[in-house]
Amino acid sequence: MNIHENPLIDRKLAIGETIVLGSHRFEAEEIKEFASKYDPQRFHVSEDEAKASVFGRLCASGWHTAAKWMHFNVASYPATLERSKAFGEPIVFGPAAGLRDLKWLKPVYVGDVITFTRTAESHRALSSRPGWRLLTNRCEAFDEDKTPVMQFRALVLMKVG
Amino acid sequence: MNQKRWAYEDFEVGAEVTFGPRRVVADEMIAFAELYDPQPMHLDEDAGKNSMLGGLSASGFFTASTFMRMMCDAYLLDSTSQGSPGVDYVNFRKPVLAGDVLNGKTIVLGKRPSNTRKGLGFVSVRHELYNQRGELVCDMANTGMFLMREEQAA
Repeated sequence: MNIHENPLIDRKLAIGETIVLGSHRFEAEEIKEFASKYDPQRFHVSEDEAKASVFGRLCASGWHTAAKWMHFNVASYPATLERSKAFGEPIVFGPAAGLRDLKWLKPVYVGDVITFTRTAESHRALSSRPGWRLLTNRCEAFDEDKTPVMQFRALVLMKVG
Repeated sequence: MNQKRWAYEDFEVGAEVTFGPRRVVADEMIAFAELYDPQPMHLDEDAGKNSMLGGLSASGFFTASTFMRMMCDAYLLDSTSQGSPGVDYVNFRKPVLAGDVLNGKTIVLGKRPSNTRKGLGFVSVRHELYNQRGELVCDMANTGMFLMREEQAA
């Protein structure tokens, strides 16, 4: 469905509105802990080896940055749900169907303070699941200079009622 | 630097690298969800059963991160990898449930040397992850950066 075809659903899903989800300072310990479990490439687990790599310093796994976005996204769900009640039945959050155009634009280094945002972009009905829609969110992360360090689109199932 | 098994030259277009098996352990899934995706269906068996996913199920970010680890163990750690600028797509096609046993493969789609950085090349790949029933649960595609052999030896 074109995003302008159902203004009530657009407003219920806050289409076009950017929500600041929160900020996080990435510390060496957590960078190494995540990487040791899921992405133990040398530039994510060792300061010394990171110096010899293309990155020059210890930096977070891109999947760590993405997972941290999700942490802040989920923390925003109660407020998102509450807000939707102004437009009728509250929305129901479903699982993600996928990610698109995930870009790690800049390394996230130790001590970087990263701010995460979400912007609902568009939605369409799912013929296979009556009442459910597939929502496309633009997901972004910025450093303290407001330079984007990561961006992707998340496709998520949402019961809009 | 130690000689790595996988440099840019070693990725042949059309070749496949297989990896796994890796068993998805409930405790690990829950620990990840507590930190990064604390939704009920990722934390609790009953909540999972009552959800669309049908059981205690992995966060998509857990599946992607586990996928990444499997690739690290299969070839990335023993490679000249210089990281990746991003991922074109990730599809979560089937729920990944506690106890599932995952296997995967990386298929080399294409490669080209960097125009701007001598001794570096881009390798485009597609990755597929299957459960114990042979069902495709997740697939993704990306481009990785790898040093060439002579660069590594330098």
